[in-house]
Amino acid sequence: MTEQALALRATGVRMEYRDPATRERLTAIERMDIEIPEGEFVSIVGPSGCGKSTFLKIVNGLLPATEGEIEIKHSKGGSDHAMVFQDSSLFPWYSVQRNVAYGLACRGVKRKEAFARALPFIKLVGLEGFESKYPYQLSGGMQQRANLARALTVDPELLLMDEPFAALDAQTRELMQVELIRIWSEAQKTVLFITHQIDEAIFLSDRVIVMSARPGRILADITIELPRPRDLDIKRTPRFVEYEEQIWRLISKQLSVGPEAAA
Amino acid sequence: MTTASPALRPVRNERDRKHRSPLQRWYRNHEAWVLGASGVIGFLLLWELGSRSGVVDQFFFSKPTDIASAAVREVQLARFWNDVKVSVWEFVTGYTLAVITAIPLGLIIGWYRRLSYMIDPWLNLFNSLPRIALIPLLVLWVGLGVESKIAVVFLGAFFSIIIPTVQGVRTVDRRLLDVAKSFGASQRLTFTSVVGPATVPFITTGLRLGIGRALIGVIVGEIYAQTSGLGVLIVRANENIQPDRMFFGVLIFTFSGILGVAALRRVEHYFDRWRPVSEER
Ligand SMILES: Nc1ncnc2c1ncn2[C@@H]1O[C@H](COP(=O)(O)OP(=O)(O)OP(=O)(O)O)[C@@H](O)[C@H]1O
Ligand SMILES: [Mg+2]
Repeated sequence: MTEQALALRATGVRMEYRDPATRERLTAIERMDIEIPEGEFVSIVGPSGCGKSTFLKIVNGLLPATEGEIEIKHSKGGSDHAMVFQDSSLFPWYSVQRNVAYGLACRGVKRKEAFARALPFIKLVGLEGFESKYPYQLSGGMQQRANLARALTVDPELLLMDEPFAALDAQTRELMQVELIRIWSEAQKTVLFITHQIDEAIFLSDRVIVMSARPGRILADITIELPRPRDLDIKRTPRFVEYEEQIWRLISKQLSVGPEAAA
Repeated sequence: MTTASPALRPVRNERDRKHRSPLQRWYRNHEAWVLGASGVIGFLLLWELGSRSGVVDQFFFSKPTDIASAAVREVQLARFWNDVKVSVWEFVTGYTLAVITAIPLGLIIGWYRRLSYMIDPWLNLFNSLPRIALIPLLVLWVGLGVESKIAVVFLGAFFSIIIPTVQGVRTVDRRLLDVAKSFGASQRLTFTSVVGPATVPFITTGLRLGIGRALIGVIVGEIYAQTSGLGVLIVRANENIQPDRMFFGVLIFTFSGILGVAALRRVEHYFDRWRPVSEER
């Protein structure tokens, strides 16, 4: 078997934030080395503040890493990567449809065409009938779904998702998980997914990367060998629960003895 | 099952819509307007009565009916309409020039950090400088004509518009800028999709302040140069001890300000239609 093509390679990524007032340096990420083959679904879990969002922003090109290198596969048709942000980041002054079409507008697609191409994705995330509403007229979960649709619209090679379902209720969340798996397996995208929910990570992923408390580094890289296609029932199988316990032990250890656990 | 129970009574809200007469309903819908108008009318009545009874000195304060008849006399004079024309021209030209220069400049200065470092001291200096003090200098440069007054109006409005605009650009939500950058938005699209809309409330605040400053500019400029205009009308009336005429002149400025601000409200409303409606009703 030939070596599989990579969608993302991060080598020795280190990130320090500098406080402009005190000039103190805060190491958010100590070191991250990740290789993600094309089409793989990889989740990152880890304690709050360990640098997950920071890492994603570096991959997304929003932040320059202090050290290290990020390489990403170049897309032929769509975008190289698209991000679903953690907090609602819709433009409050645009309608749902214009928000979803935003990525296309950035790529120079004309308004009318962009709007038309946004529609199927609005439908996909279940926001049909809300196209002309403004974000304030949507619930938190609906905003987050629009957020997801916006990223999908640009047909990205690599989809970066920062706790996209955190604001959803448990039922919608599970529905969205199933939906995401479906989209992922159909569209053959590479996904880098961040979540606090361990079961969510296992359910969705081929691999789960567990990070240490800040300064973040990789504690474990666990391949999830559960058969696909998966449905929600799999969450009650012994294999699944074993994975859950394994990851939970790794994280809870971090919470009690982490270098800055109290912070 | 509906058993009659004497212990239970329906909750009746005194503001219950069903129990309102049409008059009450009309009043509720126009409450702000009715109360505002009755405040003004009440004041005018007191003024009139005070003046007639001698409690208020007519010599200094005139009275509403006198002001009204002065107004009727004025509007029949060609000179009055010439004054209006001159003042309106000064205001419109100066204010428009300020708007079309201050908004783009403010956006640019706010966006480029280094540029704003260079220009900030000047903005602060000019903003704290009493612009009236500049009038003699302006007259020296451009003469007593309409240009000097346009310049005063312009200066007044320009700084009140540009300062909030710069402020607005600097406070744009970082996260939305990240979204634009993440999707690879061009500089231009970033401006029209993020910076512009986020800055609109700041700009309209500036425009509103600017109206007041520009009107002050018209009066002060005209009082200083005294060629023609409504400011001159006020000065002349004052010199001739005609308080009724003077009040009429002042009222024109007041109403222009109110009208201008009301018109701006509409514009603001249009740009703010994406905002949740506040508890206005
Ligand atoms: N813009 C910033 N400037 C300075 N420090 C920052 C900045 N953003 C994040 N940090 C710090 O970097 C660390 C990692 O933050 P990050 O947002 O990546 O955490 P996270 O793993 O996404 O947490 P959570 O799960 O709560 O979202 C935190 O300690 C935070 O204080
Ligand atoms: Mg985060």
